[in-house]
Amino acid sequence: MNKVMSNRLSIAIYVLPALLLVTILVFIPLILSAYYGLMKWDGIGAMEFIGLENYINGIKDEKFWNSAYHSFLLAIFSTLSLAVYLTVSLILASKIKGSDLFRKIYLIPMLLSSVAIAQLWIKVYNPSNGILNAILMNLGVKNPPAWLADPSLVLLAIFIPILWQYAGFYILIYYAALKNIPESLIEAAKIDGATPTQIALKIKLPLIKEVVVVTVVLAIVGSLKYFDLIYVMTGGGPNGASEVMASYMYKLAFSSYDFGYGSAIGFLLLVITLIVTFIIRKITATDEQVEY
Amino acid sequence: MKRFGYFLLYVSLTVVALFQLVPLIWLFLFSLKDNREIFAGSPFALPSELRWQNYLKVWEGGVGTYFFNSVWITSLAIILTVLFASMATFAITRMKWKWSGFVLGLFMVGLMIPIHSALIPLFSMFLKVNLIDNPISIVITYTAYNLPITIMILLGFYYTLPREIEEAAIIDGCSIHRMFFRIILPMTTPVISTTVVINMIYNWNEFVFVNTFISSDKYKTLTVGIQNFIGQYMTDWGAIGATLIISVLPIIIAFIFFSNKVVEGISSSAVKG
Repeated sequence: MNKVMSNRLSIAIYVLPALLLVTILVFIPLILSAYYGLMKWDGIGAMEFIGLENYINGIKDEKFWNSAYHSFLLAIFSTLSLAVYLTVSLILASKIKGSDLFRKIYLIPMLLSSVAIAQLWIKVYNPSNGILNAILMNLGVKNPPAWLADPSLVLLAIFIPILWQYAGFYILIYYAALKNIPESLIEAAKIDGATPTQIALKIKLPLIKEVVVVTVVLAIVGSLKYFDLIYVMTGGGPNGASEVMASYMYKLAFSSYDFGYGSAIGFLLLVITLIVTFIIRKITATDEQVEY
Repeated sequence: MKRFGYFLLYVSLTVVALFQLVPLIWLFLFSLKDNREIFAGSPFALPSELRWQNYLKVWEGGVGTYFFNSVWITSLAIILTVLFASMATFAITRMKWKWSGFVLGLFMVGLMIPIHSALIPLFSMFLKVNLIDNPISIVITYTAYNLPITIMILLGFYYTLPREIEEAAIIDGCSIHRMFFRIILPMTTPVISTTVVINMIYNWNEFVFVNTFISSDKYKTLTVGIQNFIGQYMTDWGAIGATLIISVLPIIIAFIFFSNKVVEGISSSAVKG
């Protein structure tokens, strides 16, 4: 038995295909990204070593920090919207008939590609023929805004489809966690005379704290990496008003062919994501494990 | 009073459901209209006649090609991902070797990588080996980037498989490969179907890799294809609507038939950023 299960050749045959693919296509590019960041390079011609210049320029680049600021705004919006999702989940988990159907309806947008979502919402926001302004004009609004063309509204306009896309995902996670709470705990609280609101806030919420932390990390890190939807909806415009870190990096590399600088920005994106993840984990770390 | 409270709760849940559904219903309605009807009529009016020709027009105008590319690229990547992930999970959980913990750790770190940080080096690597504008680059990239999440989903199931089965198989003189392909793989079908569903959603909806590595129309998948296509049909809303509906239909159909698997897959993929 042991002889068969520790045969080196068999182990290699089973683990190497996956390990090689992940090493070559996931890890080596990350190291290369840091390395290319040290070069002046257009992606095709010869590389020229310029030391830390790209990284220093990146740290001084106003456009980069502007895009980072937009990414962080989206992260804050996304985190705040978790409260809405959590409220909906608390309602759903309180013995509502048809909660299964509701959950599945909420999940539908999550299954669609960001490109399709972006194209659909471009139409929703269309100033003259979109459904949003049609509704607003029916309600008596005389001059409805131009949404995606308005620099002061564009981030908000992008955030609505994000909310729409991820609602079902977070509701699903919260609902599963809430359903895991033993019924006996809730019954005991009821016998002691707790109101439904008290049960939700004082018993259910503390019990799913761990899950809430995970979703906060997901929402923030996900927002920092956000790309597809924004790239298709606005391309970062108008005039950089909706540029985020990933779209800025993409433009540097594949529109301006500044691969060296783009790599440096890509590497900064990785570092920022890892630092933020680490900080949230640190802040929210709990040493007490919840026991029922 | 209590009844009224429940009524309010239902109303709020229904409002959320409408918010989720109305844009999609509106999309379906205008995919069957022509511009005159869309621009002049009420947004929720039913089409005066069902213009399925919108669908036929875009299908023949190129969307059909993108659709087939999406189908074969998605399917091939799913097969490779699930096979390689199953093999690696088998080696990590069942075989005895010193580095298994370290290798598992590597796969788990792979879950956290933002793809944009790897995009430029991947592009230059594929350029060097002549795989730019070749769908093979897409298939292997999808496989590599979905392996960590697939392994993570498989892992829990493999830990619960009883060891007696392997022992019995080996005592009976079964080779390790026969045991894996004839006994272990069939036993893991329930969890494999979850990983297939989640891989299908990721691959079908992926955009950045195809947009970066593929330039020929004949290799483009739906996400990138519709992006170009809609550029050409800028003003023809019916055609755009039909294109979008075609692109989301397979996933919606999969959801209708396997909704429990989809729910399971999405919940277990929650760790992926």
